[in-house]
Amino acid sequence: MARHLIIGMGAAGFSAAETIRQHCPDATITLVTEEPYGYYSRPGLAYLLTNELPQSQLFPRSEQELDRLGLERVTGRAVCLDLQARQVVLEDGRRLSYDALLLATGAAAVPPPFPGANLPGVVTLDNLDDARRILRLARKAKTAVVVGGGITALEIVEGLRAQGVRVHYFLRRDRFWSSVLTPEESRLIERRLTHEGVQIHYRTEIGQILGKKDWRGRVKVAAVETKDGKLLRCQMVAVAIGVRPRLELVADTPIQTDRGILVNERLETSVPGVYAAGDVAQVVDPLTGQAQLDVLWPVAVAQGRAAGANMAGVPTVYRKGVPLNVTRLAGLVVTLIGAVGRRREPDGDLVTIARGDSEVWRGIPDVLVVHDEHEINRQRLVIKDNRLVGAVIVGDQTLSPLVQRLIAEQVDIGPILPALQSPHVPIAEVLRHFVQNGR
Amino acid sequence: MGLLGSLFDYERRRSKALAAGRVVPDSSRCVQCGICSFNCPLGIDVRAHAWRGEPVNGGHCITCGECVARCPRGVLRFEQIPHSLERILSNTF
Repeated sequence: MARHLIIGMGAAGFSAAETIRQHCPDATITLVTEEPYGYYSRPGLAYLLTNELPQSQLFPRSEQELDRLGLERVTGRAVCLDLQARQVVLEDGRRLSYDALLLATGAAAVPPPFPGANLPGVVTLDNLDDARRILRLARKAKTAVVVGGGITALEIVEGLRAQGVRVHYFLRRDRFWSSVLTPEESRLIERRLTHEGVQIHYRTEIGQILGKKDWRGRVKVAAVETKDGKLLRCQMVAVAIGVRPRLELVADTPIQTDRGILVNERLETSVPGVYAAGDVAQVVDPLTGQAQLDVLWPVAVAQGRAAGANMAGVPTVYRKGVPLNVTRLAGLVVTLIGAVGRRREPDGDLVTIARGDSEVWRGIPDVLVVHDEHEINRQRLVIKDNRLVGAVIVGDQTLSPLVQRLIAEQVDIGPILPALQSPHVPIAEVLRHFVQNGR
Repeated sequence: MGLLGSLFDYERRRSKALAAGRVVPDSSRCVQCGICSFNCPLGIDVRAHAWRGEPVNGGHCITCGECVARCPRGVLRFEQIPHSLERILSNTF
């Protein structure tokens, strides 16, 4: 009987387990996870922070459903791969044997680089324990400083506001998420944050985090000192400056890595029988030949399924779709599809890729960009060679399914290009008319 | 028409409107956070429907719109039930 071993129980690991079970009713499937909670929705943590969800609601599968899957769950930390013996070694010395191995260890927040970052009260947001820690600190904190960019930084900012904490949000440069959003889109988000009571500090960086002993003699965060020497009192500091694929387990092994674990289109690493999927995997796109990182939940699910099928002996090629992320920024639903990024414009607030980001979004050259800029409901279309290659839809999402389809099916929109480029044209109307009438 | 009659007429039109619509998910946008199921006043596991990409069908959903309004990612929307399906449902219930 085949032994399938999966390291990591996030979206990729769990999807792989479900897929293996579909194909192999009798196989042994073991999931190793560092967390005691089981499978939960990582993106749902944002809504735990805003009080929109209780913790108990984060689990998409009931205990009965999990029982039916017949998974063996091991709580522990994998520390070493013994590829010769086909075993994974856990921190407590246990050795788990496998016939097929999936590495779905995800990505972890880049640790804060400033002095004082190890003080209690300095947090990052990777998992449920981190979210619980943030909530616990927020109960006592009056003021917090948040640094970083992308979706995770805003999840923390908005979560802390919902907990009644006064938030100072530091941006190193002039605007929010400059590698993905246009200046106008950034301003819209910043205006709404300010309206929610968030104090944004532009061109501001932490120099150091200062601690102070409390009455029990324990040192805690008391203030931050900015690089230009200003002191700001606060009781917690949250940092979201990007994530890195967790590669510790494959260090000193023949498994090839770049920024992530390199895998082929069957999600197999350079070592046969060892697969990788999700945030840790860097997948070669057969169309471009480039290997890119996607730190996206739906991508992790799709990769997990493909890896699971291959592990179960059903040859399956993972076709990289157009990356899509839907998120909520300052209360606005925002859909990002395809190549929407600002051509390699560096993002001052992120040192690596952000959670909820895709390297595919770093724009492609020579594109035509058309906007429809209402105060809140906005659309941005990125067009190359008469085809839509990316879109950002902010606010009203009625147009999203249609745009998703036009991008995925690479429809020639040549006939409506002149109309789309005319000033003040309602993009939504032009696209709808085109889909209904072909012109 | 008296007050009772107009109330009855209002209820009849309301039920017809409810039967004609249903909640439909776009599973590609869903991250299984569960806000939809949490806010359903009837305890329908909307998240499971979203995972399978299936409309929330059946007699329990009152199309109150809580799940549609609360979903932070625009996964759910109302859709008019196709005419034939509407007839089947009205015969069933």
